[in-house]
Amino acid sequence: MADSIRLRVSRYRPDTDPEPHWQEYDVPLRKEWTVLDGLNHVKNEVDTTLSFRWSCRMGICGSCGMNVDGEPRLTCATFLSDHAPGPVTVEPLANFPVVRDLVVDLSDFMAKLPRVKPWIIHPDDHRTVEPDVEYLQTPEQLDAYKQFSMCINCMLCYAACPVYGLDPEFIGPAAIALAERYDLDSRDRGERERLDVLVEHDGVYGCTFVGECTRVCPKHVDPAAAIQRYKLKAAMETVKAFLLPRGAR
Amino acid sequence: MSDGVIRAAHDVLIVGGGGAGLRAAIAIAEVDPRLDVAVVSKVYPMRSHTVSAEGGAAGVIAADDSLDEHCYDTVSGSDWLGDQDAVEAFVREAPEELLRLEHWGCPWSRRPDGRVAVRAFGGMKKKRTWFAADKTGFHMLHTLFQTSLKHGEVTRYDEEFVTRLLVDDGRVHGVVAIGLLTGRIQALTAKAVVLGTGGCGKVFPFTTNANINTGDGMALAYRAGAPLKDMEFVQYHPTGLPFTGILITEAARAEGGWLINKDGYRYLQDYDLGRPTPTPELRSMELGPRDRLSQAFVHEVEKGRTVDSPYGPIVHLDLRHLGAKLIDTKLPFVRELCLKYERIDPVHELIPVRPVVHYMMGGVSTDIDGATPLAGLYAAGETACVSINGANRLGSNSLPECLVFGARAGRAAAEYASAAGRTPAVVEAQAGDEVRRLEQDLLGRGPGGESIAALRDQMQAAMEEAAGIFRTGPTMAKGADTLAELQERVGNVGLADTSRSFNTELLAALELANMLDISECILQSGLQREESRGAHQRTDFPARDDERFLTHLLVHRESDGTARVDRSPVTITRWPPGERVYGR
Repeated sequence: MADSIRLRVSRYRPDTDPEPHWQEYDVPLRKEWTVLDGLNHVKNEVDTTLSFRWSCRMGICGSCGMNVDGEPRLTCATFLSDHAPGPVTVEPLANFPVVRDLVVDLSDFMAKLPRVKPWIIHPDDHRTVEPDVEYLQTPEQLDAYKQFSMCINCMLCYAACPVYGLDPEFIGPAAIALAERYDLDSRDRGERERLDVLVEHDGVYGCTFVGECTRVCPKHVDPAAAIQRYKLKAAMETVKAFLLPRGAR
Repeated sequence: MSDGVIRAAHDVLIVGGGGAGLRAAIAIAEVDPRLDVAVVSKVYPMRSHTVSAEGGAAGVIAADDSLDEHCYDTVSGSDWLGDQDAVEAFVREAPEELLRLEHWGCPWSRRPDGRVAVRAFGGMKKKRTWFAADKTGFHMLHTLFQTSLKHGEVTRYDEEFVTRLLVDDGRVHGVVAIGLLTGRIQALTAKAVVLGTGGCGKVFPFTTNANINTGDGMALAYRAGAPLKDMEFVQYHPTGLPFTGILITEAARAEGGWLINKDGYRYLQDYDLGRPTPTPELRSMELGPRDRLSQAFVHEVEKGRTVDSPYGPIVHLDLRHLGAKLIDTKLPFVRELCLKYERIDPVHELIPVRPVVHYMMGGVSTDIDGATPLAGLYAAGETACVSINGANRLGSNSLPECLVFGARAGRAAAEYASAAGRTPAVVEAQAGDEVRRLEQDLLGRGPGGESIAALRDQMQAAMEEAAGIFRTGPTMAKGADTLAELQERVGNVGLADTSRSFNTELLAALELANMLDISECILQSGLQREESRGAHQRTDFPARDDERFLTHLLVHRESDGTARVDRSPVTITRWPPGERVYGR
């Protein structure tokens, strides 16, 4: 193994740069080092002006998503040695406005998230349920929604989604997966409210079922499946609307 | 107004969007929806370090368990330094808080009959640790964050870094914060401020903590005149992965994992922690408390019974006998982390581990309602020291601590804010001073001074040397000298990045200043405590000394910047100081 590897990093400072440009850095190539370790080496030893987000370095906080060699990845879980001999290109996540260097603007997602009502909707909320009683939920009922609860909001699926790239109105894979997470939770009664949201604004119909979201998810969530299920639910509603008089639905 | 020094005015401002901060925000929104609440956090709330907690959250729920037993385990685990009135309130309220999370959708692991499952944990005599596989903190944080979205009236300032508390006449009136995206520096005024910024593991070189854990809230409070309590007590978790310091949860031992030395020997039996049994015994061996297990590791190193690795001596955590099914059901994250970061499979291979800095028992001194001695300032979670953890926290007590005391601090801050008066005009001038300091002194500084990374490395090395698992007076004094020198040099750090937009170099400089202040408090408290208790083990004072030190130590910042240490009494209600007994 060579003892160093070249990072080809996208740089952009809005105050001075008309557009992004490449900057190259050679960093030590060690078997334990991730792309994030390489970036931190640059930040600490070579060029203190490079900006990027990171925090937990163990693949759970969702901060350090970037496009590595063109693929959306968590840089803390992507090893330099898997990209040897390099150079390794590191760019901000695609489909988002770039704020600075490798930092993108997530405010669109943060605004969409509450729209799918990602909380338990139940006529007895905790103020009316007896405080010392839990809702029963069997391990099988837990398994029904569990994979959809594993999303870390890292935004890799949005960076991979060709539909989101073309139509920013599309509510997007992670938000839809989260809606499905609550719909499938045996404690929840909010399916109808969420469906209303997702049928509006081309919520789910924008998706052409490319499946890139599921492929790039670092936590093995299957947003594509969630989107398919919503399309089915929406279609059923449409059919019911034709067949049943108003009020019987 | 938004273009002036003061950007917005709120009733209660919460600094930190992790478990404690979000719980406080929801509590306020529920008790008094008329109050104007805002959460300011240097990361998006779901990135907060609560997300990394793995093993679980303790709360008495099983039929064979009792509140008294949880109290006793916590008090004895704390080496009798926890305040027992606080422990009793904590233990009483933990189950209802965990149930509330259940009602909010937290995917707790379940028994076949649908009830919430509980697991064993270190230092706990009964099974009372609720868990969501081994991603408990992740699920709790996302449940809290998503539930908080229901309260659209809560304002959020995401990715904004608080640099100063605004204080006038002994009362807190708000903060100055930098918006990272825009670089805008402005004041947010508030009648009450709640700090929930987590711990400060990054003052050490080898820690489970995330990059964001730089003790910001502790430093803000300290500089504003609120004392820090019990800062000498630093928890080393016995099982971190070498090189990365990534945590391997105590749940791995609770589910039956063994700690073995280079001879394959379960060495904990040599350290008064009980006898090895094939299945885990509560409060025994691998289910002893973290301080004692980390100390046992050091003794094994001294005996030459550890394994050498490129990252120092290690021992092994053996899960092989648990089988793939149990590991995949109860410990899937452990397997994922080992495969990813060590390229080993714990189903078939031994996991290399060593003790790693994990948690600060100390923090901003508060009463049982999260109130600090500074009027209008509250704190909860790892930032705070109530104290329930005393000299050693038990695993799975910190997550419910965030909930119980987050809610308490939120309610108390709401009550205070409802009665508080107007923000005095002088606050605007104070905010103006802070804006000028940041803009002219720091942002305008330019490159060529001291290196932030180099000073940070030196601080971390000094802290590891001085405030490790075992300490002495002379090593702590030497560390304090190094810190004093670094404090001089940190005034001259160079800042090559003059950009307004997402300037992480400026952020790193401010975080380093926070960490240096905290480091100093840790060593000054440690020097004063001439005894060994819990996580503070001094080879020059090897015994616990209740006569002199059954007391909290408080560090105050004097006007000349130096630290002054004084004392406050430990509250004893029903459990007089006794011997900590494990495994017998």
